[in-house]
Amino acid sequence: MFVLENIKYKDILNIKNLTIPERKITCLIGESGSGKTTLLKLLNKMISPTKGSIHFKNKAIKYIDSIKLRRNVVMLSQTPVIFRGTIKDNLLKGLNFSEKPIVNDNTLKEILSKVHLDKSLDLNAKELSGGEKQRLALGRIMLMNADIYLLDEPSSSLDENTEDIIINEFVKYIKTNNKTLVMVTHSKTIAKTYADNIIEINKGKVKGEI
Amino acid sequence: MEGIVDLQVFQLLTAYIFILILLFIVRKRGIKREKEIIISSIRMTLQLILTGYILTYVFSNSNPFITISVICIMETFAIFNIYKRVKSPLSFNLKKIIALSMVIGTSVSILYFILIVLNLSPWYNPRYFIPISGMLIGNSMTGISLGVNKLVDGMISKKHIIETSLMLGATPKKASKSIVNNAFDSAILPTINAMVGMGIVFLPGMMTGQILSGISPLSAIKYQIAIMLGILGSVSLTVIIFVQLGYKTFFNNEHQLKL
Ligand SMILES: Nc1ncnc2c1ncn2[C@@H]1O[C@H](COP(=O)(O)OP(=O)(O)O)[C@@H](O)[C@H]1O
Ligand SMILES: [Mg+2]
Repeated sequence: MFVLENIKYKDILNIKNLTIPERKITCLIGESGSGKTTLLKLLNKMISPTKGSIHFKNKAIKYIDSIKLRRNVVMLSQTPVIFRGTIKDNLLKGLNFSEKPIVNDNTLKEILSKVHLDKSLDLNAKELSGGEKQRLALGRIMLMNADIYLLDEPSSSLDENTEDIIINEFVKYIKTNNKTLVMVTHSKTIAKTYADNIIEINKGKVKGEI
Repeated sequence: MEGIVDLQVFQLLTAYIFILILLFIVRKRGIKREKEIIISSIRMTLQLILTGYILTYVFSNSNPFITISVICIMETFAIFNIYKRVKSPLSFNLKKIIALSMVIGTSVSILYFILIVLNLSPWYNPRYFIPISGMLIGNSMTGISLGVNKLVDGMISKKHIIETSLMLGATPKKASKSIVNNAFDSAILPTINAMVGMGIVFLPGMMTGQILSGISPLSAIKYQIAIMLGILGSVSLTVIIFVQLGYKTFFNNEHQLKL
């Protein structure tokens, strides 16, 4: 679905060939600083490659409107960002920004239980702990019902137990709805358990490529 | 106009005692400000003397070309002053937008004030045109400087919020809305606060000047009210043009944040 050819991004990435399949779970692994986040940002046009081409569903990404693309290819960043306001405000933010119809409180509560966040919708979101914020941010993007998700170390501030439950839940969501997931993870166990396809990045290159 | 005290030069000189007192205090306390105090007093004196002569010339040679030239000079000084006052580095595009907002915002307000509110004739009468433009330009300059600082700081410190908003499919406009609003608000707040204190906490400079030169307080306040409204209009117009165009310089055509 994503096809990358001869990609260069500054001195950070250098990828000759890379294909990311549709309706599959792809895990990106690699040392910190190897360029995983940079690669994800190329896929939703948060940045554009210095050289080379990226195709999304056979269309060159540079001809796709960035905003339309980002509403379909939703990315969750490494450190969760929480907006001012309640948990409800935060959940609705993605729908507001992407101009999708607002949902009722019951749907919001369902999402909260999917990410195992047992809190009231009216709670001020800044009261949440780091791990809870990350789950809120995850719930926020699930609500957007996008076709493709890019998750950047979604479990980095969760403890191992919660990590397992949450990733499991999200993978289930992806599979039952026939969606595509590209997930950066530091855990080889997670990659081995869930990935249909593992890509290792090493110093800006796909491992195995010269 | 009876009873106006025309200040004699030696009387004026006695007022410099205040500078001497200040110099004495800072020296005694070891605060290293003597140089700045002396330089600013000299600059103030020389600049005002020069202005006095220039205005005397301009007022006695009332013509539209001279009036417009004076306004252009004031505008240019104001714009460079803004560049100097902003702490963060400014992109060339942002500088262009600052200049554009100042020129459009103040010109529209000045013309409205002169032509509609005052209905001045001849329209270029320098005795009115120049001091009024000076007040509108000066206040707009202060307002927009605050606005620029807030916008640039906000864009940098809220970078992650903007990026997350973009990742959630926001347009740059929506992603920077709270920063833009905040910049606008901080820029107009001092003007709004000045209106609250007006006449009670302080007598504004223009009104004081008019009263000292013999105009009745009731005429003076009419002018003051009008000019205060003019200032508010000019500051708001200048700042809104600036923030509406300014936030766009932080994004490229691909709707990516350029930071
Ligand atoms: N905006 C940027 N400008 C320049 N260098 C960057 C930028 N963002 C990240 N880098 C550098 O690029 C490299 C890869 O970063 P990143 O993609 O975040 O790695 P990872 O996610 O694998 O830890 C790092 O060396 C990082 O310092
Ligand atoms: Mg990273």
